[in-house]
Amino acid sequence: MNYINLTKIATTALKRNKFRAILTMLGIIIGVGSVIAMLSIGESSKQSIREEMSDMGTNMIFVMPGQQRRGGVMMGNSNTKTLTLNDIEALRKEAKNITEVSPQVSTSGQAVNGNNNWPTTIYGVDVSYLDIRKYELEDGRVFTDKEIKSLAKVCIVGQTVIENVFNENVDPIGQTIRFGGIPLKVIGVLKEKGENGMGMDQDDMILAPYTSVQRRMLAITHIQSIYASAVSEEQSDAAIGEIETILRQQHKLKEGDEDDFQVRSQAEMVEMVSTVTDMLTLLLGAVAGISLLVGGIGIMNIMFVSVTERTKEIGLRMSVGGRGFDIMMQFLFEAVMLSILGGIIGILFGTALSYLASFALNMPFVVDTQAVGLSFLVCSVIGIFFGWYPARKAANLDPIDAVRHE
Amino acid sequence: MSKAIIKVSDLRKDYHVGEMTVHALRGVDMEIHEGDFAAIMGASGSGKSTMLNILGCLDKPSYGEYQLDGVNMGTMNKNQLAGLRNNKLGFIFQSYNLLPRTTALENVELPLFYNSKVRTKERKERAKHALEQVGLADRMDHMPNQLSGGQQQRVAIARSLVNDPVVILADEATGNLDTRTSYEIMELFQRLNDNGKTIVFVTHEPDIARFMKRNIVFRDGRIQKESLVTDRFNATQLIEALPVEEDYES
Repeated sequence: MNYINLTKIATTALKRNKFRAILTMLGIIIGVGSVIAMLSIGESSKQSIREEMSDMGTNMIFVMPGQQRRGGVMMGNSNTKTLTLNDIEALRKEAKNITEVSPQVSTSGQAVNGNNNWPTTIYGVDVSYLDIRKYELEDGRVFTDKEIKSLAKVCIVGQTVIENVFNENVDPIGQTIRFGGIPLKVIGVLKEKGENGMGMDQDDMILAPYTSVQRRMLAITHIQSIYASAVSEEQSDAAIGEIETILRQQHKLKEGDEDDFQVRSQAEMVEMVSTVTDMLTLLLGAVAGISLLVGGIGIMNIMFVSVTERTKEIGLRMSVGGRGFDIMMQFLFEAVMLSILGGIIGILFGTALSYLASFALNMPFVVDTQAVGLSFLVCSVIGIFFGWYPARKAANLDPIDAVRHE
Repeated sequence: MSKAIIKVSDLRKDYHVGEMTVHALRGVDMEIHEGDFAAIMGASGSGKSTMLNILGCLDKPSYGEYQLDGVNMGTMNKNQLAGLRNNKLGFIFQSYNLLPRTTALENVELPLFYNSKVRTKERKERAKHALEQVGLADRMDHMPNQLSGGQQQRVAIARSLVNDPVVILADEATGNLDTRTSYEIMELFQRLNDNGKTIVFVTHEPDIARFMKRNIVFRDGRIQKESLVTDRFNATQLIEALPVEEDYES
């Protein structure tokens, strides 16, 4: 008995019961299909989040003021004033793993121009901020050093603010926006950036020299946070370490003292989000995997029915010289063919599903090739595993009883 | 004297049912020679089915010796017995036992599937030849449910011939057929026997047994009577003598 013959016998047997074969395969089709779809959708959502986050700069690092202990009392984050412009200077001078650094101070308020007004946030920043956060100018220019030093009343405006504050066909450059009672001359316009990974509008903002916002609007001497970019995404961790060391020196913290600031990197955020989506993917994949298992049990069930139903055929095959092994292989082949065929259809089905999903959710279309390979392997294993027992049962039939079975 | 195809001496078979032991065969000596056409007869429970199972290498005797074409089957394991069935034996059953939804040709090919020496092309040719021998050259692509009972049994006979066995074992091969069709099947058997095939035919119908050369009657697990058939039926003549059945004409 060779394998070509076996394949032929198995296909003939399946063809004889087409409808039943399809029904049996349905379990595997749905199982594999959902595994593929889940993993692919998971992978593509991960990619789309990654893409959006890297729009914000994957090598970005930000420093927030942290807890501060004042005579045993923990202070809230918002009240702490631990970060200063001296820290910025120190980082600029000493840190080797970061390329750029910018302070940030911000406040919310109404932006007013003529009869229009719009609630937004003004960020007081350095010019390097645009590079760090991957903002680009559409029109105009950035602040000059002189403007920063002189607390100049100038600003760069995001698209959302422009849409809401200026009438159509008005060139915003050269116009004046009043923010918190202070008139700011618009010197630049930011390119549209859209929503970020968390759904926040990145165009709803005004940028101004940090000195202007810090002194003129907030009247504070500290800064609220620091933005920096690491040399590369890979060097993020080294950069974080460096920043921590420098800031601890700056703040004169002794060994054993807690940091009075927090350093976070975009890479960390991406990782965090990836971990969450990975978990979700795994969970969905596991649920889909269970349906694959159920599909396998379906195959086993139908193979048992098939063995019982074809007892006479088995007896006949044995009478004309089929060995137990031949009979076993025949039924095993049938089970494996059912599961593999189901697997192939399932893979196509799952791919189509994830294509539709990526289309509907506006995400990149990714086929998880690993999942495809794995599903194929799992199907073969399921076929052999669940086909084994029925096939053995067939092989162990007594030919005399089997051939006279009615 | 011609060669002995089947040689059985002091064959016994016991079945254990609970604590009881049933002696199905109680010492059988028998020889079937090349070219023989023997009927094994007997009432139910006489041991003829057990005998056929052992002759067909489907079952092993509890005691005694059985040589098939010079091979002692007592020393063989299950797989070797399967090989023996595949190479040396042809089976015909009362209920034809054709695979449903499978063409006549594929049904006949079946035994050759289990012979790894036979290639696809040869398998097809041999199956075609066997079907021609039983007069079904024009029915090769028919499914069993498109064939009459007699035709189905012919397919089964072709299947038993396809591996060129040393002996054909038929179990009540005419049991499901009407008189005319039975005679037609017997005519086929007689022709095969005339061409040199050795046939052992189990039946309980005395008039079917009269088509054969020799009758062996079993009773209570032993051979009760062994006789040569003197006034043997000729199937061709009998069919001609049958009245024409009008409701059976095509």
